[in-house]
Amino acid sequence: MATPASSRHVDAAERGRRDRRTTRVAVYLFMTLLAVVFLYPVVLMVLTAFKPTPEIFRNPFGLPESWSLDTFRTVWTRAKFGLYLRNSLLITGGSAVLLLLTAAPAAYALARYSFRLRGVLFLFFLAGIMIPIRLGILPLYLLMRDLGLLDTPFSLILTYAASGMPMSVFLLSVFFRNLPRELEDAARIDGCNEVQIFWRIMLPLVRPGLAAVVIVNVVPWWNDFFFPLLFIQSDTWKTIPLGMQIFFGQHLVNWSLVFSGMVLASLPLLIIYLLMSRQFIAGLTAGAVKG
Amino acid sequence: MLHARRWWRRHWHLFVFLTPALVVYGAFMAYPLLSSLTYSVYEWDGFIRRGFNGLANFVTVLTRWPYNERFWGAMSHNVIFFLVTFAIQTTLGLFVAVQLAKKWRGFAFFQAAYFLPYTLSLVVVGFLWLMLLNPTWGAIAQGLRGLGLGDLVQPWLGQRSTALMTVILVNAWGWLGFPILVYLAAVQAIPAEFHEAARVDGASPLQDFVYVTFPLLLPSIAMVTILTFIWDFNAFELVFVMQGASGSPNYATDLLATFFYRTAFGDPTTGGEPGQIGVASAIGVMMLVIIGVVSAFGVRFTQRSQTEY
Repeated sequence: MATPASSRHVDAAERGRRDRRTTRVAVYLFMTLLAVVFLYPVVLMVLTAFKPTPEIFRNPFGLPESWSLDTFRTVWTRAKFGLYLRNSLLITGGSAVLLLLTAAPAAYALARYSFRLRGVLFLFFLAGIMIPIRLGILPLYLLMRDLGLLDTPFSLILTYAASGMPMSVFLLSVFFRNLPRELEDAARIDGCNEVQIFWRIMLPLVRPGLAAVVIVNVVPWWNDFFFPLLFIQSDTWKTIPLGMQIFFGQHLVNWSLVFSGMVLASLPLLIIYLLMSRQFIAGLTAGAVKG
Repeated sequence: MLHARRWWRRHWHLFVFLTPALVVYGAFMAYPLLSSLTYSVYEWDGFIRRGFNGLANFVTVLTRWPYNERFWGAMSHNVIFFLVTFAIQTTLGLFVAVQLAKKWRGFAFFQAAYFLPYTLSLVVVGFLWLMLLNPTWGAIAQGLRGLGLGDLVQPWLGQRSTALMTVILVNAWGWLGFPILVYLAAVQAIPAEFHEAARVDGASPLQDFVYVTFPLLLPSIAMVTILTFIWDFNAFELVFVMQGASGSPNYATDLLATFFYRTAFGDPTTGGEPGQIGVASAIGVMMLVIIGVVSAFGVRFTQRSQTEY
């Protein structure tokens, strides 16, 4: 008597399991397909970079016949890649240092002291959070020209630090606000003045915030093409994106050189990303979600 | 005097803390953005400012050919750019984030894969796809021919009917990792009890998404949408790299930013006229107003729908 009911029950459970397995396979299939769409062009870029131009045209998809680094060497010397790399490092690094040195104390003051102008100043900093600095490019260009900063790294460093200010002040003030008051009071009793309290006690405690600020900003700075295009004319201070854009334009028919150049240009961030993708993603998420 | 000195002794540290940021931010961000507003109401001779011009620059952009045609063309391209990107990231991107949140085996790899193109410079993204999409030698054309689908090969970037959409899709390839990342973080921030409660009440996975996950994701979706809007209304690099400063073919991919760039700094591709700061500033001010209004509106919406767990 009980048999039909219980077997029907087993059937339903079995069907449910099978359905779930089908969904699982479908999801995996879809995610793999999407991964191919995102990854394959990058893989193809790396493989192609090792091939001489005729081989690219003859055999676009296979592995390269030899893994020679010759074209990379050509790009490195002929495109002055080493120089651009140094410039990009100096400019991105300089911007990060300037931004941290200016935004952290400001965020600290706005987060932990009450004074009459606090609300107004906080709003002033916050007002820029949604406005891209590019829209002020003409006055900025003339300002840089009048200050004699065009064609120097300082034009880019100052622009980048200024454009990162709203988000960084906001993000760091959140971090500073969460520190306990007792720390500050204890240091004050020990005879520290306000600047010492900030520098020696509070700043080291918001290191995750500082890291998030750097990570959020470094990728767009490193990859920026717009401001170097307008501010930098001579080769001396070209960054990787600008230098490469010009190099690619000149060698558009030599695919081998262009692909090697693309790989070289992408390598620094790719390496950092592959080595520390977890910190990278955590920092970006902190910036995006808190912002 | 004594009063002032005591005030200073009690407040000097605030000046030490705030002055550097105020100088950098004030001089190199606030000042340029604010004075770009005034640039648009003057007549300019190269980089030299002449007399007050009222709204003449705006009238030029909106009514005089070819500015008016370029302006509305670029504007419509920017709108399409944003709408298509928005559609992709709030369907595909959201779906992928909800899947990734299940944390099945291998999903960490998928997440890293989807995000990887975001780390590439747009210069590299542009040139890479320029090569891949080349109708003669590009990998896509060769692949299609190898599969016997050679008829499908088209000069995707060279014809008016497909150029803009191709650029938008290339941009989405390099961008989608970011919305996925933010949505994933937002999905993971939803407490598990909410989903359990829904399941106890007999909700199917789809109902769980519609009635639990989606409403709680609305603030993140709004925020990413605003960021995307701002970014898309400033898009410049990809078109400049792939299609040139005038958005070839025949302005089919021209955007507000490339139009602004040509007007401000002259157009090297056509050897055209020298830069016109006043007219360019008028374009810039209109971009600023659009972005300002939309982001202010969006920020208010985000704040109102903010959830605390």
